[in-house]
Amino acid sequence: MTKNGPLALVFHTLVVVFMLAPLVIVCLVAFTPENTLTLPTAGFSLRWFKAVFAHPDFVQSFWNSLWLAFMAATIAVAAAVPAALAITRWEFPGRQFLNALFLSPLIIPHLVLGVAMLRLFAVVGATGSFAWLVAAHVVIVTPYVMRLLIAAISGFDRSVEQAAYSLGASEATVFRRVTLPMILPGVTGGWLLAFINSFDELTMSIFITSPSTVTLPVRMYMYATESIDPMMAAVSALIIGITAAAALLLDRVYGLDRILVGQK
Amino acid sequence: MSSFSTDPAASPLSGEPQDAAGGFRKRFAPALMAGPATLLFATLVLTPLLLTLLLSFNEYDHATGRTHGFTLSHYAEVLTDGYYLEIFLRTFRVAALATAICAIIGVPEALILSRMRNPWRSVFLLVVLAPLLVSVVVRAFGWSMLLGPDGVVNMILQAVGIGRTRLLYTEGTVVVALVHVMLPFMVIPVWTSLQKLDPAVEQAALSFGASRPTTMVRVIAPQILPGILSGSLIVFGLSASAFAIPGLLGGRRLKMVATVVYDQYLGELNWPLGATVAVILLVANLIVMLTYHHVVEGQYRKRMG
Repeated sequence: MTKNGPLALVFHTLVVVFMLAPLVIVCLVAFTPENTLTLPTAGFSLRWFKAVFAHPDFVQSFWNSLWLAFMAATIAVAAAVPAALAITRWEFPGRQFLNALFLSPLIIPHLVLGVAMLRLFAVVGATGSFAWLVAAHVVIVTPYVMRLLIAAISGFDRSVEQAAYSLGASEATVFRRVTLPMILPGVTGGWLLAFINSFDELTMSIFITSPSTVTLPVRMYMYATESIDPMMAAVSALIIGITAAAALLLDRVYGLDRILVGQK
Repeated sequence: MSSFSTDPAASPLSGEPQDAAGGFRKRFAPALMAGPATLLFATLVLTPLLLTLLLSFNEYDHATGRTHGFTLSHYAEVLTDGYYLEIFLRTFRVAALATAICAIIGVPEALILSRMRNPWRSVFLLVVLAPLLVSVVVRAFGWSMLLGPDGVVNMILQAVGIGRTRLLYTEGTVVVALVHVMLPFMVIPVWTSLQKLDPAVEQAALSFGASRPTTMVRVIAPQILPGILSGSLIVFGLSASAFAIPGLLGGRRLKMVATVVYDQYLGELNWPLGATVAVILLVANLIVMLTYHHVVEGQYRKRMG
């Protein structure tokens, strides 16, 4: 194996600093005791975190986002498990088309999906509906679940299922006791990845949220275009915290490197 | 493709219940299983896209705000008006620049990462890729703090004697933040193609007397080229349609395609015109993605067997 020279390591250090700088600065400024966006030089303070929780709009948006991400991830998994099984195990007309359709939200810009949903909601009279917002989020997170599930289902040894059948297990039992446990890492990994992506989503949501369904990223965006104060840093730090917690969990159940670069 | 039959891998398993309804079930099992997801995607992907396409051909009545009839005038306006042309050109320029910088930084970084030993390799791979999971609003906000008038970068500039510089609301800032958001999308495919590379080939080239630069250019580069191209197309497509970064760091003056669509929909309320820009953006994006699929992957398969 070729080793990295000193020049390469300097380059690498700069890249790491570049990648971490905006996240680190946000987390530091969140603890400032000052009224302006300054680094906490005089001491740490939690006043801006308290300010977030005293701000009813942000609290409301936080619960909206959490509930939305939970629902969207759960429904996406429930719809994707049978669909992924159908696509990987059965040959039927339109199979390739369905596969492409389920992955299509990955290559359609979220901006386009946002305006398209806005139009649909206006046509069917669903403007401002939370249920339709959930459905829209299900669509954009399903591809992530699909990819993990298809990988999990293709990579498993079906002779185990055959053994269960030949021992007299019913189809329902085989699914519940054999198939599901074997694809479980794909299911839970997919759920967490879907949760993170829904929780973070801005570009589509900004078009289809109403004042009562505004999500946290949309609220932050609106707030940041008006004024910027350290409370934004505190909200950001909270989001980083939640994302990190979900990512750690994801690492435990599936392996982050496997999700990010597709291998162990 | 034969009608409703199972493929060899999915043929009825020995011992699988073969009741009278077996044929019926085999026939409709995939439809039932994929049905809910298909219904969802037909309702929430295909229908809204079709509605938006139709909307882009509607006339817009500025007095009443109603949309009706059929017209090509929005397309004519967007494709000929200097204002829109400038915005499309700026978006293209910013996306191309972000893509080039991502390649210049991402390719060597992926190489460096692949030459590290564990645990450093896993740790730094995560450090470089995990910011992908953090909301883009948070990252945009981080950059606005770093580059703001009292931000860290301006403090450094003052300390080294360059003096305070206006960094926010410039194209440069938008490019820097886009590079930050998109870099993982470049590192991932390059890293993946590096993993497929057989280290023995590099060793062979070196032991036959090839210099390190020659090995890099003649042996490694051709093999990771598909990864670089794939990463470039993803980065370009995502940058060209990016919304949060130009919205928060470009300000009101520095319009890009995504922020213009937003303005038309939620500011001007001229939905047909907004839909037209969105349709053009989508078509351009699909052309880029499908070109990649056909040209790059096809060539790659041919060359690699």
